[in-house]
Amino acid sequence: MTRLLYFASLRALAGKSEESLELGGETTVRALGERIGKTSPKLGEMILGKKVMVSVNQDVATLDTPVRDGDEVAFLPPFSGGAI
Amino acid sequence: MSTVMESKVRIQREDFSVTGEIEAIKKVSRNIGGIVTFLGTGRELSKGENITQLNFEHYPNMAEKKLEEIRVKAIADFKIIDMSIIHRIGEIDIGENIVLIVAAAEHRTEAFKACEWAIAELKRTTPIWKRETTSKGEVWVQDTP
Repeated sequence: MTRLLYFASLRALAGKSEESLELGGETTVRALGERIGKTSPKLGEMILGKKVMVSVNQDVATLDTPVRDGDEVAFLPPFSGGAI
Repeated sequence: MSTVMESKVRIQREDFSVTGEIEAIKKVSRNIGGIVTFLGTGRELSKGENITQLNFEHYPNMAEKKLEEIRVKAIADFKIIDMSIIHRIGEIDIGENIVLIVAAAEHRTEAFKACEWAIAELKRTTPIWKRETTSKGEVWVQDTP
């Protein structure tokens, strides 16, 4: 199982804060984005259009980064920590 | 000193003591001659709207890892002696503390540079998000001023 995490504004788009997917073998962030797009078109578009950052096992990933069973994939909207 | 914990990088719900953190970093070395702090606080006005409350969320572990990377790089690149970075999460009221960066160096120039770089880098690389509550509702802030 692969654990997917949705943070901040993406939670509303995904309709959940996390989910577990059975990948059935190695895939990529791009393929994952396409799969998510089938149920959440806007979110899929943002992932494939690089409007959100993606991390795999807490390291910043690209669309080509491999995703395997047991990985933790997080979808991260633009950060807004700190204060000015 | 009970409110000051040993770790130099922390994400926590509770408030922090600015003077407590300064005193803690002073204990690191007798060569510290300049300490620069950046304290970010909850501001009432944002894009013409009155904010009633702020709420911060983070990606646990990854956010702490990014803050530690910033600390390590600041110490190496700016030749400062030490740095602490503390960010609060959860509900924060107007005027309350949000984030503190303490840069300690032998001389002030490195401390100023390291502190300014660190807050910009935090905003750029650390998975922390801010939600503002105004009379019109709640909105996740997506831009970095």
